[in-house]
Amino acid sequence: MLLIFMLAGLWFAPAQAAIEAYEFDTPQMEADYNKLVDELRCLVCQNQNLAGSDADLAQDLRRETYEMLQQGKTPQQVVEFMVARYGDFVLYRPQFKSSTYLLWLGPFLLLVVVLVIVLRRLRAAAKPVEVDAAALADAKQLLEQEESDK
Amino acid sequence: MSRFALPLGIFVLMVGLLGYGLRLDPKVVPSPLIDKAAPAFSLAMLEDPSRQLSTADMRGQVWILNVWASWCVSCRAEHEVITKLANRNLVTVVGLNYKDKSDDAARWLQQFGNPYATSVIDSDGRVGIDWGVYGVPETFVIGADGLIKYKHIGPVTHESLEQKIMPVLRELLS
Repeated sequence: MLLIFMLAGLWFAPAQAAIEAYEFDTPQMEADYNKLVDELRCLVCQNQNLAGSDADLAQDLRRETYEMLQQGKTPQQVVEFMVARYGDFVLYRPQFKSSTYLLWLGPFLLLVVVLVIVLRRLRAAAKPVEVDAAALADAKQLLEQEESDK
Repeated sequence: MSRFALPLGIFVLMVGLLGYGLRLDPKVVPSPLIDKAAPAFSLAMLEDPSRQLSTADMRGQVWILNVWASWCVSCRAEHEVITKLANRNLVTVVGLNYKDKSDDAARWLQQFGNPYATSVIDSDGRVGIDWGVYGVPETFVIGADGLIKYKHIGPVTHESLEQKIMPVLRELLS
C-alpha cells in the first residue's frame, strides 16, 4: 500500500512543477502575458516556448515578464527587454528588419524566380519551330526518292 | 551535359548549406551584448556578504566574469581551466555565483579551490538575466572601457582558453 502511494507521488511530482499562480489586474494584462510567454523561446530547451517549458530559466523569465507587465510595461517593451539580453533568437516570430528581409521575403523572391523560369519555358514551347524551307524540300525529295526506290 | 548543370548546381549548393548548418552548434546563441556596456550590478560578496562589488568598481581594468554554481557539473569540469587562467595573474577573475545557496557555494570553493578574486551572489538569477545568461557556466571578458568583448558559452576548455579567450585578453592588455 505504501509503495502504491510512493509511486503515485512520483507520478504526480513533475506535473506540479510548471504551475505558477499569477494574478493579473486586468484581463488585458493576462492576455498580454499569455501571448508573450507563447511567443518567447526558452533558451535552455530550445524548441519550447516559455509557456511550455519547465526549465529554471523559463520560470525566471515568466516571472520577469509578469513583473514587467505588472509595472505597466507594454508587451513591446517586454520583447525589447528580452531581445536586448538574449538576441533575436528568443523570438519565435522574427522582427521585420534589414537583417531579416531575406528570411521574410526570400520565399516570395524564390516564387518570382520560379515563375519567371516557368513562363520562359512555356513561351519557348509555344513558339512554332522555324524550319529552313530549302532543307524541308530536300528532305521531302529524299523521302519521295526512298518511296520510289522500293 | 548543360541540362544537368542547373540541377547539379542547386544540389551542390543545398548540400553545402545543409552541411554548414550541421556543423553549427544550436546551443550557442550569439550574444547581442558583445561590444555593449556590461550590465551594471552591485552584489554582495560570497566571502563577506556585508561588502558589495559593483561593475563600477571594475571600471578601468580588463576583467573576467565567470558564471558558476555549485550545482553545475560542467563548472567543475572547467574549474581547473579557470584556475589556470587566474594563476596567470593577467586579469581579475570575478565569479558570479548564479542561483546557488551560499553555504553550498562556499563549500564548493573550499573543496575545489578558489580561483576568484571574489564571487558575488546572484541568488535569484536577476543579474544573470541582465547578462543574458541562459546556461551555466558562461564566461565574459570585459574591457577597461566597460564593454563586453567576448562571451564564452559552456565550460572553458584548455583549447578554448588558449585559442579564444587568451587572444582577446592579449589584445585588450596590449
